[in-house]
Amino acid sequence: MSYIRKVYAIVAKDVAAELRTREMLSSMFVFSLLVILVFNFAFDLRAENQKTLAPGVLWVAIAFAGMLGLSRSFIMEKDRGSIEGLLLTPVDRSAIYLGKMLGNLLFIGVVVVIILPIFIVLFNLSAEHLPSLVGVVILGIIGFSGVGTLFSAMAVHTRAREVLLPILLFPVVIPVMLASVKLTAAVLDGVPFADVQNWFSLLVGFDLIFLALSFMLFDYVMEE
Amino acid sequence: MTQGDRWTAILLALAGLLMVVAIILVFGVAPDPSNLVTPVERFSQRIFYFHVPTWWVGFLAFSVAAGSGLLYLITRHERWDVISLSSVEIGVAFTTMGLVTGSIWAKPTWNTWWTWDPRLTTAAIGWLMYIGYLMLRGAIDNPERRARFAAVFAIIAFLSVPLNFMAIRWWRTIHPVVIGSGSADAQGGFALGDTIRMVFFFCLFAFTVLYFALMVLRTRTEWLARRVEHLKQRVIFR
Repeated sequence: MSYIRKVYAIVAKDVAAELRTREMLSSMFVFSLLVILVFNFAFDLRAENQKTLAPGVLWVAIAFAGMLGLSRSFIMEKDRGSIEGLLLTPVDRSAIYLGKMLGNLLFIGVVVVIILPIFIVLFNLSAEHLPSLVGVVILGIIGFSGVGTLFSAMAVHTRAREVLLPILLFPVVIPVMLASVKLTAAVLDGVPFADVQNWFSLLVGFDLIFLALSFMLFDYVMEE
Repeated sequence: MTQGDRWTAILLALAGLLMVVAIILVFGVAPDPSNLVTPVERFSQRIFYFHVPTWWVGFLAFSVAAGSGLLYLITRHERWDVISLSSVEIGVAFTTMGLVTGSIWAKPTWNTWWTWDPRLTTAAIGWLMYIGYLMLRGAIDNPERRARFAAVFAIIAFLSVPLNFMAIRWWRTIHPVVIGSGSADAQGGFALGDTIRMVFFFCLFAFTVLYFALMVLRTRTEWLARRVEHLKQRVIFR
């Protein structure tokens, strides 16, 4: 079986398991919707112009929902005892990493695709921004789930589990979040791409660094 | 007193002596900066001799932690885990001091304790990452796994060091750039005079020696703590 087929098999396994219960996708979706709604009326009282807050709200919603998905990703494997099964399969550890990472990316992506139109409606934004927003979001969540999958595999072996993952992950993904928020704001304000090119490079750069580092270090996390 | 004890004592005495000399130099020898107007600004500038070295030691400590983390993953020798942990602990102590001294300086100069400037933000985030490192270690019971995960995290968290260093060079920030910026392009950019430069590098040196002295002490304490733990296990499970 080729490497890509192995990765695909792991993604397919996660998708099949999720489609049976749909508990992760639905909770992520409802949670991100809640975040957007709560922010909407929390800021409504004070902010002069809600639109200036929109990029931040979107990314907080994505980050919180992503965190839910990421922490489930390995807790699910551990609680069902399937993590040993996964390790016993004759595949490279890096294939497991890529499979789990793509699975997480897919789940977060699906949630974002549902949430984006709602976000646009609630913040009264124009729908023409949608394609560029999707591009920014994809770049942002690659970095997020790239390093998040590694930390999720680490956090599952700790005593605090769900509590520890955000503490480890949020500070580390700040560069990605920061660049994503800046790019989202640029898209919504119609700023030309040349003006935010350095943020774009920063985002792509950190995506690559996080993916490469996590890809290499995953071996050491999954070794038992 | 063993050979090692004597060297530790000498190193500690040297660090103490250098720190005393550094304080005398900073308050007695260093001239008032010529580019600042008010007396408060002129006096508070002296915190720079402590603020920059604390961050330098912090970055040095985190680099050592990442390097020894990498060596741990390769060699699996416990020594590297001890060094990595000790270095992070010292680094967190020094960056905490760096945040506090920076805040104290910012109050008279920028008229605020804290502002969400890129430099300050990246500094605070980097500090938080290493707090996370200590929490991660605290949450794992198996010593081998604790060392392994901590090493992986130390390598990833090290990304904050170059980010921190570059933050004031990439983004427009109100934080002064001292090292590697002769041009006054950067806001607050300036050149150091000869005496100021001498005192500054002396402080940098004194803090670096202090770091190594603390490292020796901390690694020894950690080894002893692990030995006690080991002996305890032997007594319990005999």
